[in-house]
Amino acid sequence: MKYLDEFRDPGTLRALVAKIAGLPGSVTLMEVCGTHTMAISKAGLRQVLSPGVELVSGPGCPVCVTAVADIDRAVALAHMPGVMLATFGDMMKVPGTSGSLAGAAARGAQVRVVYSPLEALVLARENPGLDVVLLGVGFETTAPAVAATVRKAYAEGLCNFYALSLHKLVPPALRALAGLPGFHVDGFILPGHVSVVIGGEAYRFLVDEFSIPCVITGFEAADVLQAIYRLKSMKKSGPALENEYSRAVRPEGNPRALSVMWEVFEPADAEWRGLGSIPGSGLALKERYRDLDAGSWEVSRPEPGGLGGCRCGDILCGRIRPVECPLFGVSCTPDSPVGPCMVSTEGTCAAYYLYEREEP
Amino acid sequence: MPGEVITMAHGGGGTRMLDLLERTVFPALGEEVLLGAEDAAVLPAPEGRLAVTTDSFVVRPLFFSGGDIGKLAVCGTVNDLAMVGARPLYLTLGLIIEEGLEIRTLERVLASVAATAAEAGVRVVAGDTKVVERGKADGLYVNTSGVGVIPEGVDVSISGARPGDVLLLNGFIGDHGVAVLAEREEYSFSVDLSSDCAPLAGLVADMLSAGEVHSMRDPTRGGLAAALKEMSAASGWALEVEEESVPVREQVRGVCELLGLDPLYVANEGKLVAVVPQRDVEAVLEAMRSHPLGADSTAIGRVIEGKKGRVELITALGSHRLLRMPSGEQLPRIC
Repeated sequence: MKYLDEFRDPGTLRALVAKIAGLPGSVTLMEVCGTHTMAISKAGLRQVLSPGVELVSGPGCPVCVTAVADIDRAVALAHMPGVMLATFGDMMKVPGTSGSLAGAAARGAQVRVVYSPLEALVLARENPGLDVVLLGVGFETTAPAVAATVRKAYAEGLCNFYALSLHKLVPPALRALAGLPGFHVDGFILPGHVSVVIGGEAYRFLVDEFSIPCVITGFEAADVLQAIYRLKSMKKSGPALENEYSRAVRPEGNPRALSVMWEVFEPADAEWRGLGSIPGSGLALKERYRDLDAGSWEVSRPEPGGLGGCRCGDILCGRIRPVECPLFGVSCTPDSPVGPCMVSTEGTCAAYYLYEREEP
Repeated sequence: MPGEVITMAHGGGGTRMLDLLERTVFPALGEEVLLGAEDAAVLPAPEGRLAVTTDSFVVRPLFFSGGDIGKLAVCGTVNDLAMVGARPLYLTLGLIIEEGLEIRTLERVLASVAATAAEAGVRVVAGDTKVVERGKADGLYVNTSGVGVIPEGVDVSISGARPGDVLLLNGFIGDHGVAVLAEREEYSFSVDLSSDCAPLAGLVADMLSAGEVHSMRDPTRGGLAAALKEMSAASGWALEVEEESVPVREQVRGVCELLGLDPLYVANEGKLVAVVPQRDVEAVLEAMRSHPLGADSTAIGRVIEGKKGRVELITALGSHRLLRMPSGEQLPRIC
């Protein structure tokens, strides 16, 4: 873990800030991924880059982009008798129309937090009297691990393991976003870890079809600053796709991860908070694994509500910043969140609230 | 008594309970006052002001690298006494035991209580034992209460910080939280790291003889961030901390990266933050560094004019950000 410090060296960081400030003009850049959002807020990059660089957040927090109706489905599944729901911790507090998974657990539903999808298999083996449902949430980073878990359960013939796939794919969402009327950014800061799986070339269309500069980068302050420097430089040199995370990202991605993902899943239309339904942007279990699909179960869930004025959808498209939402820090806080962007450890509102908000 | 386990009868108040006390608890603690079997310990009253505190311990697992629930229970209470400048004198020990706990496990915990109490110079003078049904407790819960005496002339308070004072920290943060996490079966990583769990009364005594200390806090649950926020809120002044000056081990930083945690919010059990007036900083820091529990002591920031409850962190980049009180539990990230 020693390599982390090299990316945090104050001298290196300040030199990069000066290089960026030395480039003429100003740019608006979108960091697509929630992990970048957090890193930017935590390091205080906005303070030192203003006014030449404006950073807006994109739809890159998987918890945040999960539609209310899908959260309602997960909560309804958790309440079903004989069901144990296994979920990543980040989903617990996300509010649905009638409460969150944490609320369901408090009222007696069997919800277990897992750190790896394989733990859900252990839960299924240890609880033969229950149907264990793994809640699959995440982008291309998480989907291969969930796919491997589904494949293992199938191979073992485990008859009480199921998955609810709410997985989403990053490139189709960026295509939808770039095509939105009035959408404008001078560049995308693209997530290193997603790119490790799908490969750098997956974003080529953003440059070719939309002329938006793109830089793939890592998650340390120095990584982000380097990407910003390259993107601001492209204002003059013209749009290109660059990979500043070459220590991990290859053009073709990770073929093994991709192969298990496409062995188990197929593309499906998916509903995104803020962006609506996007063709081919989700992952559904293939025919062979349909028996393990908890997505087809009949559940009674409420009519999806509007979460009382929450503007997470606008935040996820970069239309507004958290401080422009009237609920931010007033009725919506990490202790009593109204929308998912305030709950997730990668949520834009949580990042602003934790690191950039002046206290009243 | 190899293999023997605690049963409900051990908590029943009858012969089995007496047997447990006489064969297991009393010998381990070796305290004469306990042998008197009075309903309450009768002790000489010390001169000066008393400090009294209580704390309950529910750590999982019971044993971890660098400590166990027994050591923790003594340190937690001893350290709370030390934070108001008190010299710890007496502890009580309440045990809530889950049926089925191996008596050998209990013996190990009690031996650890005794050893830590001896190290801290404190006597365990009263206690209580209850047994609950299997499944109703996680093996063993422990409560300790403590009584200490504050020496003449010592005035340390959570509200004592004044602008110009310097914040001193006695070493690396986050070791305890990460060491305990690493022992849990749900995390499949291992670290070469021990909890910092230690009784701080000796270190504090040395600091108080070296110079004036306005305020102290042990950054346990909620970590350094919560301790600083509480000191700022109680004193009415703002604090300023340099991120780079807070010692964090690479292992702790690495695990925190992995789990999406912030070392500033991770629990410690052998750390203290002291607020010291500028003129005494050198002497107190010297005293801290001369003590085994303070070898890595360092100044991390200062008390400044500013709003009550405001704690500013100066990042490596020179930007400022505000520290928050932790909210709920820290959840690991998913993508």
